[in-house]
Amino acid sequence: MQRQSKLNRKVNNDNHSDAEGYFREEIYLPASTGYILLSLIIALTLNLLPLQQEFLIYRPDFVAITLIYWCVNESHKMGMSIAFLMGLMMDAGNTSIFGQHALAYCIAVYLALILGRRLRIFSLMQQAPQVGLILFVMQAIIVLVAIAGGSNFPGWQYFSATLSGILLWAPIAVLISIPLKQKPDPDAL
Amino acid sequence: MTADPQFFRHGPGPFARLFVFALLACILIAEDLRFKQFPELRQAVGIVVFPLQKIAYIPTNIYDQIEKLIASFYLVEENQWLKQQYQEDREKLLKLQSLEAENVQLRKLLGAMQGIETDTHTQAVMAEILYTPRDPFNHKITLNKGSQHDIKLGQAVIDDQGIVGQITRIYPWSSEVTLLIDKNHSVPVQVVRNGLRSVISGTGKQDALLLRYLSVNTDIIPGDLLVTSGIGGIYPPGIPVATVDKIERDPVDDFAHIIGTPIAGVDRNRQVLILSLTPPPADELAETVKIESQSK
Repeated sequence: MQRQSKLNRKVNNDNHSDAEGYFREEIYLPASTGYILLSLIIALTLNLLPLQQEFLIYRPDFVAITLIYWCVNESHKMGMSIAFLMGLMMDAGNTSIFGQHALAYCIAVYLALILGRRLRIFSLMQQAPQVGLILFVMQAIIVLVAIAGGSNFPGWQYFSATLSGILLWAPIAVLISIPLKQKPDPDAL
Repeated sequence: MTADPQFFRHGPGPFARLFVFALLACILIAEDLRFKQFPELRQAVGIVVFPLQKIAYIPTNIYDQIEKLIASFYLVEENQWLKQQYQEDREKLLKLQSLEAENVQLRKLLGAMQGIETDTHTQAVMAEILYTPRDPFNHKITLNKGSQHDIKLGQAVIDDQGIVGQITRIYPWSSEVTLLIDKNHSVPVQVVRNGLRSVISGTGKQDALLLRYLSVNTDIIPGDLLVTSGIGGIYPPGIPVATVDKIERDPVDDFAHIIGTPIAGVDRNRQVLILSLTPPPADELAETVKIESQSK
């Protein structure tokens, strides 16, 4: 049994005293494996949503963002094998070169696992640009594999998905953590 | 305690794991790009993903239903318009039939064999676009019909205006279409104005096709309509492919640089038709061979 209910240290913006800030800090339950898988499946469905060509290029990679979120917050439950399988599923659905997204997700997860402990001490807003760096590296790998497969360089506009990913990092992280929030217990003390 | 605490468990380090998975991914990439020995692997993953694709398509379905509901208020007008359209098309069809008969007659008079024996009898299956990929370098779409609906590899895909692409990968309930604009895709074409035959290929860019290997002094002008020639037997003859857009005749090069624009809405459609060419009956083939041997 692991009782490592993780304290998600968030920087409180309101100017309360430290003690009060400590009690206001939210405590999150550890995520179950089922919940992690469910979130990944929902992310994959969002990735597979048919969209107009004009919006497609701005769509962030929800699967990558979700994978990075779990690497940062539940690093012991997030393995590279899950990232690899998600990548293969993404490749089959996305009609891309088989293994392209698998490679990119694995490298993204590796970076997230290494940076994870560091990322956790920042607030969500401060995490966003660093997550953006991971997303950028991931997209660069996808482009490199595509170029190896004989495609043209798609233009810098392709990386606008990284920008939208940075903007959506905080909302997605909040959304994922809502079901994990511990209910306030009035009889606690 | 049944299991060690996670804290003390040491598997291989993250870099070692990354190395293993990256190697595996690279093997898969090389397999997919070069050897293509195990399509079953991809198909298996494709089957797993298919329900998710179906779920992702639900919002579009709902949108369609609402659109249908709104459209039902204008049924009378639409019916009238369709009737008029039908009359116009009917007239064209009648003309076509008489022209075909006349053509056959004239060919007989000339004693000429038709250059390419192609059967224009086609069967069309309507399919909906399930997914368009997110990457701008990936010129493929997924349709909601697959091998369970008798879709076969290599079938041509068209919309109401012209050729969209060709089926290149098949799953049980869905299939992948490589679009005209894909770099690795070529279509045998013919200029309508003078019957000049060539092959048009994709460039990987949206709205640009490249007509290769036509010499600098070729008789081709901007605005020429290119239709499928039917050579190769994959595409039925006479379906519009592209219009010639720009011609650069540089005497330094051996070939003219001819750019065309695809006619079909390669990236705009929701529904497309999958054509299957029915092969000509065996006795007909035997006949043509006989005539050929006589003429020799």
